Amino acid sequence: MNGHEQYAEDLTLYALSVLQGEERTALERHLEGCAACRRELDQLRGDMALMAIGTAGAKPPARSRVRLMEAMAREPRRVAAPRSKPWWALAPTLAAAILAVMAVFFWRESLDLEHRIAALQSQSARQLAELQRAREIVTTLTASDAMRVTLVAAKTPPQPQGKAIYVRDRSSLIFLASNLPPVPAQKAYELWLIPTSGTPIPAGVFKPDAHGSATLINPPLPAGVEAKAFAITVEPEGGSTAPTMPIVMMGAGE
Amino acid sequence: MMLVAAIRAGDEQAMAALYDRYSGVVYSVALRVLGDTGKAEDILQEVFMQLWRNPSAFDASRGNLAPWLAVIARNRAIDSLRKRRPETDIADVVVAVQPDLAGEAERTRCMEKVRGTLGAMPAAQRQALEMSYFEGLSHSEISQKTGEPLGTIKTRIRAGLLTLRKAFAT
Repeated sequence: MNGHEQYAEDLTLYALSVLQGEERTALERHLEGCAACRRELDQLRGDMALMAIGTAGAKPPARSRVRLMEAMAREPRRVAAPRSKPWWALAPTLAAAILAVMAVFFWRESLDLEHRIAALQSQSARQLAELQRAREIVTTLTASDAMRVTLVAAKTPPQPQGKAIYVRDRSSLIFLASNLPPVPAQKAYELWLIPTSGTPIPAGVFKPDAHGSATLINPPLPAGVEAKAFAITVEPEGGSTAPTMPIVMMGAGE
Repeated sequence: MMLVAAIRAGDEQAMAALYDRYSGVVYSVALRVLGDTGKAEDILQEVFMQLWRNPSAFDASRGNLAPWLAVIARNRAIDSLRKRRPETDIADVVVAVQPDLAGEAERTRCMEKVRGTLGAMPAAQRQALEMSYFEGLSHSEISQKTGEPLGTIKTRIRAGLLTLRKAFAT
């Protein structure tokens, strides 16, 4: 009890749910701040479980089982909400994306040197555009004003995950997904930006790779649209202009 | 704890399997408290329906299901006996206990040991513990009934539970 002996007897009565009034209030207040007493409470409930096991031997009548099964059938089957992974669970994917961007950047950088020697000014210009794009991606990934949206499956296992990072002012969107089930032949997933008003806006068509992962970087989007959510539907490979129900994944802004 | 995971997914068969395994524990303690088979059946129904409706109330990382169900059943039976609203949220009940009570053989062994330990206790200690545990009487109510001082009753109840704990400590 770590010096909490003064609470020990009240704690026992509390575990037995027979402590009332001021003593109970005082003990509950103490429990909030005392981990040692909370552990002792768990132990006391363990002792209470032993007392209960000591009564074992009686068997409920068969009708009890029937009654329970009937009551369960009357109540809607409950399905636990999918436990969404924290966004940083996608950190390895993000890191891989950043590394890929950097690899492209360095590769382009070396090319750029060669092109300078050859004085190929036009190549260099394209180079700068690529670099600008890479910088935008990194800026979007790390922007403090980036909207981070986690999309989870409408149905439970195996927990497909999508992460959309959207910066409205630059109409910049990065979408990373994992654990997606494969799509049927001639079909693809389509990402939708759900604006705060108006109809869903197509935000890119994609197919997951063999591991169920997919990435969309800066799909063409109208300027400055405020998003309230992102959703994914299954569409023909060429994409659609309006989503075909059902929505397979959806997430609202944090 | 596969059964609990299946119940979380809404599997009625998993719930039936769980009932077959633990209904005796729940029913026995409710019957001992209430002394009435009909009322004990109601508690049995209530406890399992609560688990069905809210399986996440049971946190498998913080204990086993059998002792948890046993404590919930005892508390609900006392609430019913004392005709009061449930006092504790089932999700707040965490039960830490030494023996693994998942198997029937282990529970039978445990039952015999509990009975032996209670039988070996001083009569006044056992009486105070049982009045509090099975009748839901407070220390002041027990004191009124037995004429013993309040402090003595408190000490006896705690000592009784600790004697039980010690009997199972390895």
